[in-house]
Amino acid sequence: MSLLSFGADGWGRLILSAACTTLLLSLVALMIGAVVGSGVAAAKLSPQRWLRWLGESYSVVFRGIPELLVIYLFYFGGSGLITLVGQMFGADGFIEAPPFLIGALAIGLISGSYQGEVYRAARLALAKGEVEAAVAIGMPRWRIAQRILLPQVVRYALPGMSNVWQMSLKDSALVSVTGIVELMRASQVAAGSTRDYFTFYLVGGACYLVLTLVSNHAFRRAESRLGRAWQSRTAAQH
Amino acid sequence: MIDFAFLSDTFLKLSAALPVTLGLFISAFLCGGVLAMGILSLRMSRWRVLSGFARGYILVFRGSPLMIQLFLIYYGLGQFGVIRHSFVWPFLREPFICAVLALSLCTAAYTAEILRGALLAVPAGQVEAGLACGMSRWLLLRRIIAPIMLRYALPAYSTEAILLVKSTALASLVTVWDVTGVAQQIIQRTYRTMEVFVCAAAIYLILNFIIVQLYALLERRLSVQHRVAKKPLPAVKPLAGE
Repeated sequence: MSLLSFGADGWGRLILSAACTTLLLSLVALMIGAVVGSGVAAAKLSPQRWLRWLGESYSVVFRGIPELLVIYLFYFGGSGLITLVGQMFGADGFIEAPPFLIGALAIGLISGSYQGEVYRAARLALAKGEVEAAVAIGMPRWRIAQRILLPQVVRYALPGMSNVWQMSLKDSALVSVTGIVELMRASQVAAGSTRDYFTFYLVGGACYLVLTLVSNHAFRRAESRLGRAWQSRTAAQH
Repeated sequence: MIDFAFLSDTFLKLSAALPVTLGLFISAFLCGGVLAMGILSLRMSRWRVLSGFARGYILVFRGSPLMIQLFLIYYGLGQFGVIRHSFVWPFLREPFICAVLALSLCTAAYTAEILRGALLAVPAGQVEAGLACGMSRWLLLRRIIAPIMLRYALPAYSTEAILLVKSTALASLVTVWDVTGVAQQIIQRTYRTMEVFVCAAAIYLILNFIIVQLYALLERRLSVQHRVAKKPLPAVKPLAGE
């Protein structure tokens, strides 16, 4: 038990800070994924055939390749690219890509392929008449997106987003292969130096479980908050 | 710029590791399926203790990353003398078996939830009709519930199968020489990362494509009634002399 303390020879502090890194990594990945995902959803719903094809192939590729491979591809590929650019400017030797950014980018792009599906489904769940009504009263396209589409798409997408967030949280464990000290890596380091593998992997797993449970709770609260208008309307009808 | 000879050579070398990846996938798929049915029956049990256990199992295995579960089994269990001296050690010493164990335990939790959703979607009238005919519980399960459930579960189950294929790549982290593992081996020898990983990615994409097609085939075969309904009715021939 003393191994887990927060003192000088305990591992508590390392694991706690690593849990924060995991959370930060997943959050950045979620934001990158939100940008990419809305692009993918827009491309898939576009009237242009080549854009639809582009969105379709993006989601097939990123949902069909193992996450571990995507991370390796980005880590080594990104470093290779940066080294190449560095050589052009006269630097020599291997330059390592910043692992945090590369990891967040890789997880974010995977997350984006799943988020694209969530947004697309949410957009399709919207009643057609709402957009038509907005067009009929002469709203410009931007105003329609801002007032009609966005608020409703967010509400419909929230349950799906909860799943994608949990997936990103768990995928972030894979980024440990690039050496950044997040929860998985911290458990590995602590387990390796104390030779107490079982305890530290168990603790690491428990930390992930806590993160999952807390975020689950947060999403449920957000859902009930965004669903208020809907609830009061149905209550009035009865 | 693109070295096709190297690419095809790498592709062949990686394909040689395909049996390991497929072995991981198929054994985890089967073990996970059987385990999922067990968990489902616990989850649907009337006893609080049993359903609570199943709930906890699903929560734990869906709430933590597979990587940590795999490391817990591969590195964690070996530290106990009791396990090292028991009859299970020859199995748990093998990374392949540890990987299959972790994959099946994890996929079982997801599959159990998929099957539960399908079970709850079976129309009550069908079960009541079966009971009214005097079917025993077992017969009811075999003839009425299971076939309907399988059909309902199929779309979500295909997603889970793809996720499982992608998860097998993690086995390379505990020294199983699957496609990803061999890819890393080749990279350490040649230092040509991008080409090798792109080849490996192509292999996984092809594998997933085949699985999607298999599921689509199964889905088409299991929904004969929908297919018949969609067929356009033959045009009525005008009667002679009209």
